Formats: sequence, C-alpha cells, structure tokens
Amino acid sequence: MTPTRKKRLLAVVLILIGVGIATAVFLTAFKENILFYKSPTEVLQGDYPKARNFRIGGMVKKGTINKSTTSLDVEFLVTDYAKDVKVQYTGLLPDLFRDDQGMIAIGQLDKNGVFQAEEILAKHDENYMPPEVAASMKEKTDAYDDNKVNN
Amino acid sequence: MLAEIGQFTLAFGMMLALLLAALPLYGYFTKNDNLMHTARPLAYLQFIFLLVSFLILVTLFITQDFSVAYVWRNSNLALPLRYRISATWGAHEGSMLLWLMIQTVWTAAVAFYSKSLSRSQVARVLAILGIISLGFTAFVFFTSNPFLRSIPAPFDGNDLNPLLQDVGLIIHPPILYMGYVGMSVPFAISIAALLGGKIDETWIRWSRPWTNAAWGFLTFGIVLGSWWAYYELGWGGWWFWDPVENASFLPWLAGTALIHVQAVSEKRNAFRGWTVLLAILGFSLSVLGTFLVRSGVLTSVHAFASDPKRGVFVLTLLAIYAGGALFLYALRANKLKSQGGFQLSSRETLLLANSIIFSVACFMVLLGTLFPLIFEAFGKKISVGPPYFGSMFFMMMMPMAVLLPLGMYYRWQKDDIKRVMKQLMPSLIIALALSLIVWFMFKPLNIKATMGVFGASWVFITALFYFKEYKGKLTRAVWGMQIAHIGVAIYIFGVSMTEHTDFEIDSLMQPGEVKIVQGYEIEFKGVEQKQIENYQASQGHFVVRKDGQLIAEMNPQKRFYPRRGNPMTEAAIDPGFSRDLYISLGEQINDKGGWAVRIYIKPFIRWMWGGGILMMLGGFWAATDRRYFRHAKQMKQKNIDKYLEA
Repeated sequence: MTPTRKKRLLAVVLILIGVGIATAVFLTAFKENILFYKSPTEVLQGDYPKARNFRIGGMVKKGTINKSTTSLDVEFLVTDYAKDVKVQYTGLLPDLFRDDQGMIAIGQLDKNGVFQAEEILAKHDENYMPPEVAASMKEKTDAYDDNKVNN
Repeated sequence: MLAEIGQFTLAFGMMLALLLAALPLYGYFTKNDNLMHTARPLAYLQFIFLLVSFLILVTLFITQDFSVAYVWRNSNLALPLRYRISATWGAHEGSMLLWLMIQTVWTAAVAFYSKSLSRSQVARVLAILGIISLGFTAFVFFTSNPFLRSIPAPFDGNDLNPLLQDVGLIIHPPILYMGYVGMSVPFAISIAALLGGKIDETWIRWSRPWTNAAWGFLTFGIVLGSWWAYYELGWGGWWFWDPVENASFLPWLAGTALIHVQAVSEKRNAFRGWTVLLAILGFSLSVLGTFLVRSGVLTSVHAFASDPKRGVFVLTLLAIYAGGALFLYALRANKLKSQGGFQLSSRETLLLANSIIFSVACFMVLLGTLFPLIFEAFGKKISVGPPYFGSMFFMMMMPMAVLLPLGMYYRWQKDDIKRVMKQLMPSLIIALALSLIVWFMFKPLNIKATMGVFGASWVFITALFYFKEYKGKLTRAVWGMQIAHIGVAIYIFGVSMTEHTDFEIDSLMQPGEVKIVQGYEIEFKGVEQKQIENYQASQGHFVVRKDGQLIAEMNPQKRFYPRRGNPMTEAAIDPGFSRDLYISLGEQINDKGGWAVRIYIKPFIRWMWGGGILMMLGGFWAATDRRYFRHAKQMKQKNIDKYLEA
C-alpha cells in the first residue's frame, strides 16, 4: 500500500468507528427514553410495557378525583369512555387538571392494576387536547364532539 | 371598516410580493435593467403595506372591535391595554401576520443596506425574499386571515390565554421571529448566488453580518422563551425539549454551524458548497419549525390550536423552498469548487469539526422531535423523553467545548499541534485548578457536572487569554467572537450547576409551618384573597430567613381569570447571583388553610440566560466589524464611478 492509500484507509476506518460509536450512543439513549402511549382500554388488555414507565392518557372521569386533606396524595380514574384505570399520584397538580378534562400521566402500573404516576400533564390551553388523547377518544366514541378536538 | 382596510392592505401586500418575486428575476434573465431596478421600491412598498396591515390589527385590539373574530377570541373588555396590544400576536393568525411583517422588515433592510452589491445581485436577492414573502402572505390571507368578521359582534370577548398575559409574551415572539425570519436572508443570498453561478468572497463577506444579526435575534428569542417558561409555567424548568422549543432550537443549531463555516468560506475559500447547504438548511428548519408548531401534528404543551389545512399549506411551502433550493444546488454544485487547500492540522479542520458537531446535534434533535411521527405511521404512539435529548446533547457539547479553544488558537491552513498545546498549557492548568476549586466548593458534584464545569472553565480561560495574546489584532469581529465564547462558557457553567445540583420539594404546608431547605428557613404565613386588574388571586405569603437573617418575603399566586374560568400559577422567585429561590402554590388541601407548595432551589440558573445574552451581544458586535462597511463603502464608490463612466 502506498502512504497516501494508507492515510485514506486510516481516515475511513476512523470515520467508521466514529459513526459506530455515535449510532450506539444514539440507540442506547433512545431505547431508554422512549415512552409508549397507552389508553385505558389497552392497559386493561395487558398491552403495556411492564416494569418501565409509559404514558397513559384520557379524560379524568367526572366525580372520581379524590384528594387527601393531610397530604398531597390524589387518586382518580382516567377513562377513554370505554374502560377506566385508577391513577395515584403525590405532588402538585397542573392548573388545568380537573373533571372531564384531557390529561396524560407518566409512570408505571403496579401489581394491583393501579397506575402510579410520577408526573401528570394537563393541557395548557382549554381548547387544546393532546393529539393522542384526542385520537384515542375518537376511536372510543362517536358521540365525542369533534369541534372540541380541532378547535 | 378598518378591518376591511387591513384586509385590503394585506391583499395588496400579496400583489406586491408577487411583483417582487417576478419582475426583478425576469429582468435578470432578460438583462432588462429597468425591471431589475423595481426590486428596491417594491421591497419598500411591500414593507409599508404590511406594516399598515399589522398596525390596523393592533388598533382593532386597542379599540376592542369584537366584530372581528380574531379580536373577539383573544381579547376582552377587562384586558389591560398592554396585553391588548400583545394579544395581537397572542394566537395563530395575528402571530403569522407579525411574522410576515417582520419578513418585509428584513426584505426592506436588505434593500436599504445593499448599496455595495451590483444591480443584478440586489435584484436576485430581493426576488428570492419576495418569493418567500409571497408564500407566507398567501398562507396568512387564505388560511389564517385575522381580519375576518363575525357578525353579529358579541358584547364581550373571550379573553387572552392567561399564560400569555405577561411581559415575556410581549417581547418574546417579535424577537424570536426576527431570528426565525432573519434566517431567510442568508438563504436568499445563497440562492441568489447559485442562480448567478458564482460565489466569491465579497458575496460571502456581505452575507456574514446578516447571518450574525439573524442568529443574534434567534439566540435572544430563545433565551426569552426559556426565561418565560421558567417563571410563567410554574414548573421551575427552563427547557423541556418540547417540540415547539425544538422548533426554535433547530435553526439555531444550523445557524451556529453556518456562522463558523462562513468564516472559513470567506477567508480561506474553502467549504463554499457546505456554506450554501447550511444556509439552505437553516431556513428550511425555520419553515419546518413553523409547520410543527402550526399544524398540531406533535404533542406539545404550547401547541397552537390547529387546523390541518394550515399544516398542509406550510408543508407545501417547505417542499417548494427547500426542494427548489436543493435542486438548484445540485445543478450548480460543480461550480462551487473550493480552491483553498489546507492540512489536517489547521483551523479549517477544527471549524469543519464545529459545523459537523452542530449539524449532527441538529439532526439528533430533529430525530427525537420527529420520532413520534414516524412511529405513529406504524400505528404506535410514543413520545421521546427529555433524558434522550439531555444525554444526547451532553455527548455532543462536551467535544465542542474541548475543541472550541483549539479552533481559536490554531492558525489557518497549517499549524503544529505542539505549538498550539504549548500556547494553551497555562490555560489548561488554570482551567483544571478552577474546576477543582468549584468541585470542592460544591461537592459532591456528579461526573457530568464536573465535566461541564471543566469545559466551561477551559473555554472561559482560553477566551480571556486570547485578549492578551492577540493584543493589537482585536477587531470588532474578534471581540464579538470572544464575547460569544465567554457566553458559551458561562452558559455551560450555569447548565451544569442547575441541572445537577438543583433541589425540589413538593409539600403540604399549614400556616405557621417552617420548612428548612438547604439552610433556608421558609415560613408559610398563609394565603389571602386579592382582586387585581382582571383576575382574582390567592396570594401566599412566605418569609425566608437564613441564619436568622431575613432573605426575602415571597408572594406566589394562584390566579383565577373569570372570563375563561382558568386558574393559573404565578411563581414567586427570589433571584440571586448564585441561586434562585422559587416557590409556587398548588391548591388548597384542607380547610385549615393548608396548601400544596412547591419549593425549588436553582443554583446559578441566571448564568445560563446571561451566557445566552453574551452570545447574542457577541453576534451583534461581530456584525458591526469595520471590514464589512469599509468594503461596502469602496463598492459604493466603485458603482458610482462605473455609473459616471457609462
């Protein structure tokens, strides 16, 4: 091999190693941090990631919010108008969290089938609904007011 | 009547954009001087008409004309004047009109400050900007017209989203748009050069201050957005890797790469093609960001209320602009051959590394932002958590910080690594010592924070030494560069400390209760009801002491805006040089006056924004470098001479 070719080969090998490392780093970072979104129906069918965080979304079922008066614990049912899942959370709730509003919780399902939320997200704007929630709502009920989703 | 005039000036602006897009270019291809000369007047006229259109919308808000649907939806009688004005850009339609108006500001500025360019160059650049305004004017006019009437007019409006009733929103969007839209200028310059088939260094030199200015605005807009999110959303975070935030960050990353590659391109006649590609990329990402924000395809905390028609329209514009630009690039790429040769060990290589790091980071952020969409196509719904972006970004920015000083100290074309290392050795030792001191002051610091602190010290010290080593050669461009790099150091330090040593606690507090957090005694005095301007507030009263000394009295609020029925959290912040105290109220928990309270301690968080502001100042300062203007003067003289001879 001529010196120039050697140099080129070295450059190519270095680039390949670099790309390889970058890809590996990307894939690990990615795999650990991707969160699946599930509706209550899917969760009750057992279709959710076990032993890792995922997101559950739907409406807060009317009249099911139960707040403790001695701690920051809160419990409620999240519904897609077909099935409900109980959610437990400790901490401050978002401003727009209330009955009959869309929300998304991040956490895991415990062995009693209760969703233990680490974080709760509600909408920012009362006209806005997370697209996933809107989509899973639409699948579940035709009665759902279209306007509310797209407004 | 006024709304109709606004409508009319908007329509007329669209006609002017059409003329600006067509006439000068036609003149250029048919070598018709008169047609080429229409570019400047058309650019000014377009600006005047859109400014009038925009001011009319502002007036409609001030006078509370609820017969206009957009005004009715985003204002109401109780809204204070300052927010009535800012409500103009508080929702989709008006913010697009602001965007468009700013586009014409840039176009008019290019028309005004292009005396050093030849007639055909001016004609081409302005025509490309005209094509861009045409697309966006059509977008506003046909899909997002803010002047539409709704008859009969309601008595009262719907109110502005309470989150947007804030000083941050008054200034953040206009500045951010200056940056976003400003990216269209380097884009137009590049496309105009591709059309002409030639990019020489005067051309690139001329485009540099524009890129710097746009980048400076973009930087400031992002800083303001981050600051607003921090104090207004009440979550204590400063960056959420939300799609809307990423939308502003992507063009910034591309712009940063562009600024650095332009230096090589101007001075060394290398990477010409890469410069053009990055300019195309920067603007395309601005448009892509617009698409992501306006179409509502992605889950975002601050997505605009969306309409699929708008998404499709912006996507079409993106396809036309980016597709057309890339097509032209492919046709002309062979003419962009760079001549400047250089060795592996040179500043060129390091600046190339910079642009690669920033474009890879840009690509990674883009991937993380778009992945949910890709998955959705396969029927799976996912989201990508902030830790993905966080760890990705750390891995991209560490090599950046390590290499940055090398890039400043390496010579063009060819240099000896031993020489550079010798020159940098004192800085390296001081930086290591500095990081060690910080480590002992704040231990335990985790590994990421430690590395971050080292990176910050390294960049900071080498930038300081640069002033000493290169005394006498300090042009404004060099000053600007160093100011921006010191900003980078301060930013990295702030992020490292905030991200890794912050403290958060949610708790239930009864009146009279004291919480001790990192030596601060925080006493909750209770909550009282207040009526302020257009909202009611439950205002908490906290007294903070340290070692018996009063530090601050803090009054976080839970606001209630009756018109929309929305509650909103207004955090109380005690800002400081080395830490922020941050208290926000949740809700009342029991009838004994107990409230949910969130307390944060955010070390060095202001440094981050301070760093960002320095970066912006550096960008602007470098844009005022004499050589851009000296050259402009000479060219002006030359053009006048030529004219006189002819």
